[in-house]
Amino acid sequence: MSTRSIVPFGPQHPVLPEPVHLDLVLEDEMVVDAVPSIGYIHRGLEKLVDKRDFKQYVYIAERVCGICSCGHGLGYCQAVEQVMGIEVPDRARYLRTIWMEMSRVHSHLLWLGLLADAMGFESLFMESWRLREKILDLFDETTGGRIIHSVNQVGGVQKDMDQGMLDDILRVTRDLEKDMKPVIDTFLQDYTVQSRLKGVGVLSKEDAIGLGAVGPMLRASGVSYDARLLGYAAYGELSVEPVLSTEGDSYGRCAVRLQEILQSFALIREAIGKIPAGPVSAPVKGNPDGEYFFRIEQPRGEAIYYVKCNGTKNLERFRLRTPTTSNIPPMVQLLKGSQLADVPLLILTIDPCVSCTER
Amino acid sequence: MNKVSKSPWLLHYDASSCNGCDIEVLDCLTPKYDIERFGIINTGDPFQADILLITGGVNSQTAPVVKQIYSQMAEPKVVVAVGICACTGGVFKECYNIKGGIDTVIPVDVYVPGCAARPESIIDGVVRALQVLDDKQAALKNKER
Repeated sequence: MSTRSIVPFGPQHPVLPEPVHLDLVLEDEMVVDAVPSIGYIHRGLEKLVDKRDFKQYVYIAERVCGICSCGHGLGYCQAVEQVMGIEVPDRARYLRTIWMEMSRVHSHLLWLGLLADAMGFESLFMESWRLREKILDLFDETTGGRIIHSVNQVGGVQKDMDQGMLDDILRVTRDLEKDMKPVIDTFLQDYTVQSRLKGVGVLSKEDAIGLGAVGPMLRASGVSYDARLLGYAAYGELSVEPVLSTEGDSYGRCAVRLQEILQSFALIREAIGKIPAGPVSAPVKGNPDGEYFFRIEQPRGEAIYYVKCNGTKNLERFRLRTPTTSNIPPMVQLLKGSQLADVPLLILTIDPCVSCTER
Repeated sequence: MNKVSKSPWLLHYDASSCNGCDIEVLDCLTPKYDIERFGIINTGDPFQADILLITGGVNSQTAPVVKQIYSQMAEPKVVVAVGICACTGGVFKECYNIKGGIDTVIPVDVYVPGCAARPESIIDGVVRALQVLDDKQAALKNKER
């Protein structure tokens, strides 16, 4: 019988930009158990509703995470709007959808780069991040911020886009779609990439449902579920179809995210074609009273926003369940029985966002 | 500063930030900003690093990690606080689990403000850190004499 040893992974680790700690129980080179411990980025944001009023809190909600910033602002605002019964203008709903899909593209490209980096494929990492810069430039042009945009507000959005900006988005997404082709081919057809991804970390359909996986992780295991089908923002008027893969391995998760980038381009084009003219924010009067439970599809999966209001300007409770929180149990399942060399790659395939998880 | 006397290696650590700044730190290394043109490499090893880029207001669980990473770096070393959270605590200053800026835990040499700090200002901060590194190197040499 081989001896057991425990290898600490993190909190400071070259593969992940964020600190997370895992105790890997090894038998030779095989991982038999993984014990995650979190809390390195816990700030206590939810408690801050005591000190900021419900309009100011949008800025805090956006800073839950730097990558999913746009979605957190959107989720929080929509939950409060539902409580207050505010009818958001149509143009604002479409603008939110466009920004949301742009942030999905930038998040997935970021993940593809990190995946390539974890495999040691440096040029592919650089190429993915080079393409991502074009989306960040669009954000810079339309919102004034690269990472944190602060465009969502209770009642609508803060900034409008003129026709020039919309044309720019169309032009850049068209170019990007062309530039993405060689990247997609490399990820899906390159022999080296396939040898690292195919058959590594298989999550069966039953496990994915049983352990509560969300987002691309769930869809890569063949479960057709996408919170965008709920039709929040302008998704109800656009053609959203969940991107599926049946393999359930790392290769499948990579393929799903690549397809979702292309799907986002199509959604952006469709939204720009349909966007109506009009105001971009509705007036907000009084304070919210009541509670609401709102779900949106973040780039990493379904996120849940719960607000409880008591008629004062401060919320009584804000609760957020982020996609990575739900994806940690499936990740631990994947790690059991894997090789030590595959651990960084497997942790990356769930697209972990530790800031979101720990808030 | 006219010339770079050394090709410094960077170490990056996220001490409870929203990871916006962390992504921008990584962005500096990629083709658009390309900090490697100064001979700078991002390393994961504290023992080989000269400059510590650190983001976020420290919380109680991450403070010992920050201290440990800092103590593992060889002299001379420079700490750059990236983002307003690392400088003062920023929007999270009033959170129950945030100590405030990085300077509550370890000494900081260069402060880079911004939420999130833009890659241009991070590069500016690193170039300033190079000057500090030169000064510290000279001070160490004088001490040896």
